[in-house]
Amino acid sequence: MAIMTYAEAGKTALAEEMRRDPLVWAVGEDLGRGGVFGQYAGLIDEFGPDRISDAPISEAAIMGASVGAAMAGTRPVVEMRFADFALCAVDELVNQAAKARYMLGGQTKVPMVIREPMGMWRSSAAQHSQSLESWYTHIPGLVVAVPSTPADNKGLLKAAIRCDDPVVYFEHKNIWGLEGEVPDGDVVLPFGKARMEREGSDITIVSWSSQLHTASRAAETLAAEGVSAEVIDLRTLWPWDRDAVFASVEKTGRLLITHESVSVGGFGAEIAASVSEHLFKALKAPVRRRAAPRIPISYAPPLEDMVRVSEAQIIETVQEMMAV
Amino acid sequence: MPGTMTRNIDVERYLEHHRMMHRIRAFEEAAARANQDKLVLGAIHLSIGQEAIASGVCRNLRPTDYLLSTHRGHGHTLAKGADPTAMMSELLGREGGICQGKGGSMHIADFGVGMLGANGVVAANINIAAGAAHAIKLKGDDGVACSIFGDGAINRGPFLEGLNWAGVFKLPALFVCESNGFASTTRTDAMTSGEGAAARARSLGIPADEIDGNDIVAVDETVRAAVDAIRGGGGPRFILCSTYRLHGHTASDPAAYRRKDEVDAAWKNDPIGRCAQMLRDAGVASDDLDAQRDAAVFEMDQAYETAKAAPWPDLSLAYTDVQDIGDPRGRAF
Repeated sequence: MAIMTYAEAGKTALAEEMRRDPLVWAVGEDLGRGGVFGQYAGLIDEFGPDRISDAPISEAAIMGASVGAAMAGTRPVVEMRFADFALCAVDELVNQAAKARYMLGGQTKVPMVIREPMGMWRSSAAQHSQSLESWYTHIPGLVVAVPSTPADNKGLLKAAIRCDDPVVYFEHKNIWGLEGEVPDGDVVLPFGKARMEREGSDITIVSWSSQLHTASRAAETLAAEGVSAEVIDLRTLWPWDRDAVFASVEKTGRLLITHESVSVGGFGAEIAASVSEHLFKALKAPVRRRAAPRIPISYAPPLEDMVRVSEAQIIETVQEMMAV
Repeated sequence: MPGTMTRNIDVERYLEHHRMMHRIRAFEEAAARANQDKLVLGAIHLSIGQEAIASGVCRNLRPTDYLLSTHRGHGHTLAKGADPTAMMSELLGREGGICQGKGGSMHIADFGVGMLGANGVVAANINIAAGAAHAIKLKGDDGVACSIFGDGAINRGPFLEGLNWAGVFKLPALFVCESNGFASTTRTDAMTSGEGAAARARSLGIPADEIDGNDIVAVDETVRAAVDAIRGGGGPRFILCSTYRLHGHTASDPAAYRRKDEVDAAWKNDPIGRCAQMLRDAGVASDDLDAQRDAAVFEMDQAYETAKAAPWPDLSLAYTDVQDIGDPRGRAF
């Protein structure tokens, strides 16, 4: 075990995988100087500029060239800098990377990792703050990962690099500096296995990425008030650990999903619908969601906070659900 | 009429081209017939009149070189070495289709001969080809990745981004523009500002040739020189091949937006007719040339008959080859 930050854990995962497999390479803007968030700092010294490759500000080319490079036998790790910028490369990701294997009758796979730093961070406003993870769960062919801790950022990134599918890998900007214990060595986490953040018996709270920590703090406060909340960190959204969520809801009879992304059409809706379809009789209260209103993210902190789901809002919702 | 002057040519090589061009023509005429028979399910885009580019480019690529094509890609795929029966079965959506009936005409591919896919999105293959070239460079191979695209593609971003990328990383990439005059059903010139594709390529530092794409000798020799230069480490090259799309945008498009005399004149410039004339001038008997044509027609008619007789694909294929992690055969809902 070592204590490291979420960013360092990602860097460690990439370095270990690049040492293990010479066909792994990373490409994106400013990577030679460490990447815009320093998540590649120093890697060029070990791996050189061909494998820690700078790129023009051409998201479509970064993504599209990586599709070709993956089909031609390498394993690119694509840095999109901000999840928002990856929208410049949606054809390359959605029409090309996600579809090639199927459309071409299984003649190829497209092993690539698309790193998309997401979420609200330092008043970055509407084009540098979005959480768009639910979009990609809608696309057959893609795997979607949303790690919340340093340990998971190492284990899931290693798994993503080894995966033969295109993996859209969302790291949250607000937790780059979050420190935690990270296992040493070659620990590769499975996709589709949730992490039990906190056990409880009264209500299940499902979350992921940075919002998981808000949910966890809310559960801590609720415990002092006598409400035992179970908090599940989904870790990956496709595949998502339905078994873990269902088992928890069968135990608690209540489900709240909270995420930073917009509530409308968010992945919380998918979870809520699945639980409603399969566990209706186990529910003691209607399934609830706490997620962002459908408004763009503002610049001024008080306006930005209007989008953020707070610990207090989660507590309030849980109390309402307990009163049903 | 151009191409009639006697040239000192390698007769065997151009007999091969003549044969290949007839195979492409015959495949597409069979496909057009299948379309009329309502057995082709989606849209098909014929390259009739553009065969010299397919044959001239692919003759100079190795099976291990990569080719990325467009929605108008039957000719490229055949010339790269794919099996016409498997291709025709794909057009009909049948078992034995080259992509298992999951792709159709616009997604034909044969990785066994380095053909990494046609593409349903105009210009999308340019960045993918640049990336395939990037992989060749990273692995230290001596291959070439080639992208063939139409003149409509030069107004999409990937034309800038992919060529710039190949130039920046000095990649072994060949970009070939089949300039057939039309972007879908609109004249490309009317929608293109400035001096066009070759000037744009040169502005990115990429050497560009501009040739008569209906002259098989010009295509063959220009591509051969470009591929040699690329394989020698010279970085990417661009070739603008002027041609004419003798049919409409799709096989169902009567192309009423152009005058008959324009099309009649274009038929007189048909690359197959020009190649045949050149070979006759070089002493090849007309009967030998006709025999190549007849063999091609027979081969492609057989391909159509075989495809027609094939059953629909097994329904279980709908769920295969989606993804390893989160495989829909485990859970798709």
